[in-house]
Amino acid sequence: MNGTRTPTAAPAARAPRTRRAVLKPQGVLLAVLLVAACVAPFQLVPFRVFQLTMVLVYAIAVLGLDLLVGRTGQISLGHGGFFAIGAYVAAVLLDRWDVPYPLTLPAALAVTFVLGFALGIPALRLRGLYLALVTMTIAIFLVPLLKRFESLTGGSMGLTLTKPDAPAWTGLAQDQWLYFCVLLVTGGATLAVAGLLRSRVGRALAAIRDNEAAAEVMGVRLSRYKTLAFAWSAMLAGAAGCVNTWVIAFVSPDSFTSTLSIMLLAGIVVGGLGSLYGPLLGGAFVFFMPTMSQGINQAAPGVISGLLIIVIMYVAPTGLAGLAGRASAARLARKK
Amino acid sequence: MADFIQQLVEGLGSGAIYASLALALVLIYQFTGIVNFAQGELAMFSTFIAWSFVQAGVPFWLALILTLAVSFLGGMAIERIVIRPVEGAPELTLVIVTLGLFILVNAAAGWIWSFLIKDFPSPFPESALHLGGVSLNYSTLGVLGVVAAVMGVLYALFRFTKIGLAMRAVASNPASARLSGVRVGRVLALGWGLAATVGAVSGVLVAPVLFLEPNMMGGVLVYAFAAATLGGFDSPLGAVVGGLVVGVAETLAGAYVGAIGSDLKIGVPLAIIIGVLLVRPQGLFGRAAVERA
Amino acid sequence: MSGFLTVAGLHAGYGAGRVLHGVDLTVEEGEVCAILGPNGAGKTTLLRALCGLIRTTGTVRLDGADLPRNRPEAVARRGVAHVPEGRGTFAPLTVEENLRVGAYTRRDRAAVAADIDRVYGYFPVLGKRRGQAAGSLSGGEQQMVALGRALLARPRLLLLDEPSLGLAPLVTRELFEIIRTVNRDERLTVVLVEQNAHLTLEFADRAHVLETGRIALSGAADDVRADDRVARSYLGIGG
Repeated sequence: MNGTRTPTAAPAARAPRTRRAVLKPQGVLLAVLLVAACVAPFQLVPFRVFQLTMVLVYAIAVLGLDLLVGRTGQISLGHGGFFAIGAYVAAVLLDRWDVPYPLTLPAALAVTFVLGFALGIPALRLRGLYLALVTMTIAIFLVPLLKRFESLTGGSMGLTLTKPDAPAWTGLAQDQWLYFCVLLVTGGATLAVAGLLRSRVGRALAAIRDNEAAAEVMGVRLSRYKTLAFAWSAMLAGAAGCVNTWVIAFVSPDSFTSTLSIMLLAGIVVGGLGSLYGPLLGGAFVFFMPTMSQGINQAAPGVISGLLIIVIMYVAPTGLAGLAGRASAARLARKK
Repeated sequence: MADFIQQLVEGLGSGAIYASLALALVLIYQFTGIVNFAQGELAMFSTFIAWSFVQAGVPFWLALILTLAVSFLGGMAIERIVIRPVEGAPELTLVIVTLGLFILVNAAAGWIWSFLIKDFPSPFPESALHLGGVSLNYSTLGVLGVVAAVMGVLYALFRFTKIGLAMRAVASNPASARLSGVRVGRVLALGWGLAATVGAVSGVLVAPVLFLEPNMMGGVLVYAFAAATLGGFDSPLGAVVGGLVVGVAETLAGAYVGAIGSDLKIGVPLAIIIGVLLVRPQGLFGRAAVERA
Repeated sequence: MSGFLTVAGLHAGYGAGRVLHGVDLTVEEGEVCAILGPNGAGKTTLLRALCGLIRTTGTVRLDGADLPRNRPEAVARRGVAHVPEGRGTFAPLTVEENLRVGAYTRRDRAAVAADIDRVYGYFPVLGKRRGQAAGSLSGGEQQMVALGRALLARPRLLLLDEPSLGLAPLVTRELFEIIRTVNRDERLTVVLVEQNAHLTLEFADRAHVLETGRIALSGAADDVRADDRVARSYLGIGG
C-alpha cells in the first residue's frame, strides 16, 4: 500500500513507527495545503472563492464514496441520491422551520446515516454488481419522488433560500464565510475518515476489500462492517449535500440526476481510489471538468470524463494505489 | 374487463421492449460476467443511426436492417477495443469501465446529433384492431411481432448452428470450450455484437413512443435490469419472461394503483429488483449464484 | 530427439510459485503413457502446461513441431485433446451437444455423425441419454461424456487428468478398458495422469514417476511396477 512501509515487520509492531515515517513528507505537504487553504479566500476574487468552496463540497462526497469503493470495494451508483437527500434535509429545515444553519448539518447527517444503514442491510446480501444496480435505481427513483411531495420540496421548481451572512465579529464577506464553513466540514470529515481508517475498523475494511472470505475466517464481522461502511459513506455524501445547500441556496430535483452519481464515481477514479488526496482531486474534477469543457461543446464534459474513466481504468491496476492490491489478488485467484 | 385486457396488452407491448434490452444484458453477462451498464446507451446510439438513415431517405425496414448490421459490427469493435484490455479484471474495474462507456456514448450522441428531441417514425399504422371491445394498437402488436421474430432468430442461432453451440459452450465453461478448440475471444466479440444488435431493436422500437434523444434509454435500462434480475442474469429465456412481467406489472400498477400514477412508475422495477434479490437472488430461471473467485 | 511427443526442460507454475522444474519426457506414438506421483508433484500442472493453459519455458514438440504456447485453442487444433480434472462438462448442454462441441474444429459432417455413433458404441449409456443435460448425469457418465468429447476431435494425442477421480472401482476399470480399446483401434497416443497406480500400471505401456516437479523414474510399466520405491510409495506393497 505504501512504499515507506517495511513489508516484513509484523503489523502490530510497525504501526507506531510507520505512522511517524508517513507523516514526515506528508506533514509538510499538509501544512502547506492548510496555509494555502486559509490564505486563498483573501487573495482571490469572490467567484474564485465560490469555485474553491464547491471543490471542497464535492470533495466531501467523493471522500464518502471512496470510503465505500476505495476502502471496502463495494460499488454505489446512488451517492448522488444521498447528496440530494442531505441537500433537501437542509433546505426543507431552513425553508419550513427557519432552523439555524449549523443545526441542519447534524440533521442531514442523521437522516442519511439512518437511510444508509437501512439500505446497507440488503446491500450486504448483494454482490458488487447488484449493489451498483440497486443504488443506481434508487437514485433515479428519487427524482420523481422529490417532485411528487411538492408541498414539502417545492416540486420541480425546487426551493430557493437565502445564503447565510457572516457574523459581524468575523469581518468576513459572505463568500469567505461560506468558504470557511465548508472548509471546516471538509477538514473535519477528512480527519474523521483518517482516524477511522487508522483504527481497528480501518484494518477490517481493508481486509474485506482484499479478500472477503479470508477476512471472515479471520474473524472480521463482515455484515457489521459492510453495513457501517455503507452508512458512513452515505452520511458523508449527505454532509456534502447539506453544505451544498448552504453555498448554493437552491435545491431542485433536476440538479441531482444520475449524472451526479456517476460523476462522483468518476471523481474517485480520477482522483485515485483509496488515497488521501484523491477526494480533493476528485472534487476538483467533479466541479471543474464540466464547467471548463462546457465551452467546447455541450457534450464535451461527458466525452472527456467517459474517455478519462476508461483510460484510467486501463492503467489503474498498476497506477492507482487502492486498486493495485485488488487487481493482483484477483489475478492470483484466477490462476488457481 | 375489456379495459383490463387492453392494459395487459399494452403492458406486454412495453414488456417486449424491456425484454429485448434485458436479453442484450443477459447475452453479455453470460459470456463475460459483466453487467453492461452502457447497453441502453448503445441501443440509443443505434437508434440515432437508424434515424440518420431514415432522414437520408432510406425506407424504414431497410434502415432497420442496416442499423442492425452496423450495431453488430460496433458491438464487436467495442469488445475488442474497450473490454478486451480489462478482461478478467476485478468486478469493480469492469463496472467502472462500462460506466465510462455509458457516459462516453451518451455524450457522443449528444455531440453528433444534439440533445434536442427528435420525432422517430413508427413503422406501424396508427390505427387499431378492434376485437370484442378491446382495441389493440397496431403499433403494440407490431412491437410484439418484431420482438418475437428476434427471439426466434436468436433461438434458432443458439439451438441449430455450430457457432451457437460454441457460444453456449463458452457461456457454460470457457476453459473447457477452449480445450475443444473454440476460439473464445471471437465468441466473446460475437456475443457483444449480438447484444448490441438485440439492444438496437429495443431502441428502435421504443423511440417512436419516447421521442429520440440521448437520454432516452436511461429509464428503459432500469426496466431491463429489473427484467434480467427477475428472470435471472444467466437465462435468456428468463430475460424475456422477466421483461414481459415487468412491462405488465408497470402498466397495471400505473393504471390501477392511484398512489403510483405515471410519474412514480419507475418505482415498480426498483421494487422488483430489491424484492427478487432478497427472496430469490438467482432470479426465476437462473442457476443458483456461484461465487466467482 | 525421437519420439512422438517430446518434452525437454519444461518449467511452469502459477504466478511466483514454480511447480515444474525441468521435466524431460518422451512419449512414443500409439502408446499409453502413465504419469504417476504423489499429490502436489505437478502432474496436473504438467498436462496444463502441455496443452497451453499456463505459461511455460522449455520445449514441447508434437510429431517434430513445436506446440503453440499459451493458446490452448491452437494446441487443440493441432490434435491434442485434454480431458481436464473435473471433466470440464458443459452442464446445461445435452450429451450430444457436448460431443458436438468436441468436434467443433472439424468440417466433415458425415464423419462427425459416424464418430458420434462410434462413441455411443463405446458407451451405450450415453446413447440412451443423448438428449439429457450433461450436468444431470452421474460422475462416471460425465467422465464418459468428457472422454467422448475428446475423441470427437479425432485427436492424435489424448491427455487424461485423473479420469478415476470420484468413480467407483468397477466404473473406473470399465473406463480404462475403453481407453485401451480406443488406443488399440485408433492408434491414439494417450498420456494418463493418475493417483490410482495399481490399475494404471496394469493398463499402461510406459510410466513416469513425477516427484516435486521432476521426473524421478521412467520405464516400461512392468519395470516400474517392479521397482522397490514405487512399490513402497504408490502400491502399498512391502515395507
